[in-house]
Amino acid sequence: MADAVMTGHKYVTPTRKRSGFRKMMERKSTIAFLMALPLLILLSVMVLYPFGYSLHLATLNKSMTRFVGFGNFAFLFKRETFWLVVQQSCIFAITAVVFKALIGFIVAHFVHNIPNKGQRKWRGMLLVPWVIPPAMSTLAWLWLFDPSYSAFNWLLSFVGIGPIPWTGDAYWARFSVILVNVWYGAPFFLIMYLASLKSVPEQLYEAAAIDGANWWQRIWFVTLPMMRNIISITVLFSLIVTFANFDIVRILTAGGPIDKTHVFATWAFWVGIQSGDIPLGATVSLFMFPILAVCAVFILRDIHRRGNEA
Amino acid sequence: MTATTAETYEAKRGSATRPRYGSMSRDRQWALRWSYFFLVLFAIFFLTPPIYMIITSLKSSAEISAATSPWWVYHPTLSNYKELLGSSQYLIYFRNSAMVSICVVTVTMLISIPAAFALARMRFWGSTALATGVFLTYLVPDSLLFIPLFKMFAVFNEWTGIQLLNKWYCLLLVYPTLTVPFCTWILIGYFASIPKELDEAALMDGANYRQILLRVFIPVALPGLIAATIFAFTVSWAQFLYPLALTTSADQLVLPVGIITSLIKGDVFNWGQIMTGALLGALPPLVIYAFLMDYYIAGLTAGATKG
Repeated sequence: MADAVMTGHKYVTPTRKRSGFRKMMERKSTIAFLMALPLLILLSVMVLYPFGYSLHLATLNKSMTRFVGFGNFAFLFKRETFWLVVQQSCIFAITAVVFKALIGFIVAHFVHNIPNKGQRKWRGMLLVPWVIPPAMSTLAWLWLFDPSYSAFNWLLSFVGIGPIPWTGDAYWARFSVILVNVWYGAPFFLIMYLASLKSVPEQLYEAAAIDGANWWQRIWFVTLPMMRNIISITVLFSLIVTFANFDIVRILTAGGPIDKTHVFATWAFWVGIQSGDIPLGATVSLFMFPILAVCAVFILRDIHRRGNEA
Repeated sequence: MTATTAETYEAKRGSATRPRYGSMSRDRQWALRWSYFFLVLFAIFFLTPPIYMIITSLKSSAEISAATSPWWVYHPTLSNYKELLGSSQYLIYFRNSAMVSICVVTVTMLISIPAAFALARMRFWGSTALATGVFLTYLVPDSLLFIPLFKMFAVFNEWTGIQLLNKWYCLLLVYPTLTVPFCTWILIGYFASIPKELDEAALMDGANYRQILLRVFIPVALPGLIAATIFAFTVSWAQFLYPLALTTSADQLVLPVGIITSLIKGDVFNWGQIMTGALLGALPPLVIYAFLMDYYIAGLTAGATKG
């Protein structure tokens, strides 16, 4: 990170007599600070302050008149739904990220395998899920999963598989939200891994081939070590985004059936905005913070390491 | 040990001179066929929902509920498009979305460009910490802050009498928190990669900072600026949680929320119109992507690889 901030190079300004204030205004660091000031204001008013405010909200009672300390937290720990949400959030995020990373890795290899001419076209096609706003594409999935007109069930009926309750049954609903999330996120991994595959020197593979390495050994001993850093950054990054996912779960199942697919974001929305218990909703969304912080620390470390390698 | 490395080195040199795709061995040909086979499979997986949107949008409601194949259009009709584009409701959503996105892109650029310039080229007290802070806020998801923001706007109304909740322009205050950190971050990368000789030469010619930024940095880092603009636009176009939490009246909604709240009436799903609305709503990002794919991908990969 520190590498991005270049050391200012000094130059001599023609010195004229000026008032102290104007002199200060013309100093380089003052100009720089003023240029970054809008950013600083935005981040402190719209990010830092709300975060502190949500810590404050989390300690109030429902009508926000009385300080209850950790009362909201204690209340949540006693609720069964909360533990369901914790469990589902973890299952959802981990499974989805693993499959996204796997599919991205595999498809990136296939795209990398074909002649260069065709790669652009395939890459362009495969990235489409990432480009469509998730709220819109999830609607298409909702329609594909429709209980009575599901186009998937229509196809499956030919192979004799009975109508699947895609969003009606708790286990199928969990599967469906993960499937849609994988569909939406895998192209991102594909693009990142493809860019990273291209940067692995061809000579390494040739050397490995001559040493008699099979394709598995080539992946294990050449590709993976060369891509390790980008893999960990994308996985951590995606873990944050998936853990905090809202759009897909909200539109596809809205947390149902019987709260079985709620993740932190959708439950916080349900509790905080729809049921009007703002302090409790703020408390729920705060539970996302620890895992986000852990991921952020690791990402920063990886990016810093990457910067040092370069 | 040294002998083997010397051997591999020789062999490496030997193989490097061989044409790569000229004489295709049988193995390689099979690998290629399998690659195409699986690519087709994955392409089907990735493209099914958008294609199904198109199919459904061309059907009348009678055909949608008919027992015919859902994967084929027997009587294509544009009635869904006509109805949707003729309804003032949908056009209001589209207008709100367009206004919000364009304003947010402008605000984002006005904040990000100078900040990135200052962080990449000048140093001031706390600049390193601020650059790290920018990256960290990029990692803050919308679902962490929507409840305090909602309450903040409500309290702000109590204090000043200015109603921001349930107004489309309150999104202009909120969206930059999602776009500015990333745009600043990738612009820092692009600006830092500009050779210092360029701005030194400009300084020697007597240019001030404003001129260096406008005449040197912006033209040279134009690809990065385009990538950042595309990112800011697609993020603000696609954002769903903030407008869902902060706006409720029908004339203040943006597209994603509008489609979901107004086209779904109770339990009645008019799927032909929903799919048409979603498709038209997905069109602006798709068009940008189709024409500026390289910039789009550059922005995507720069986020995690630069730094």
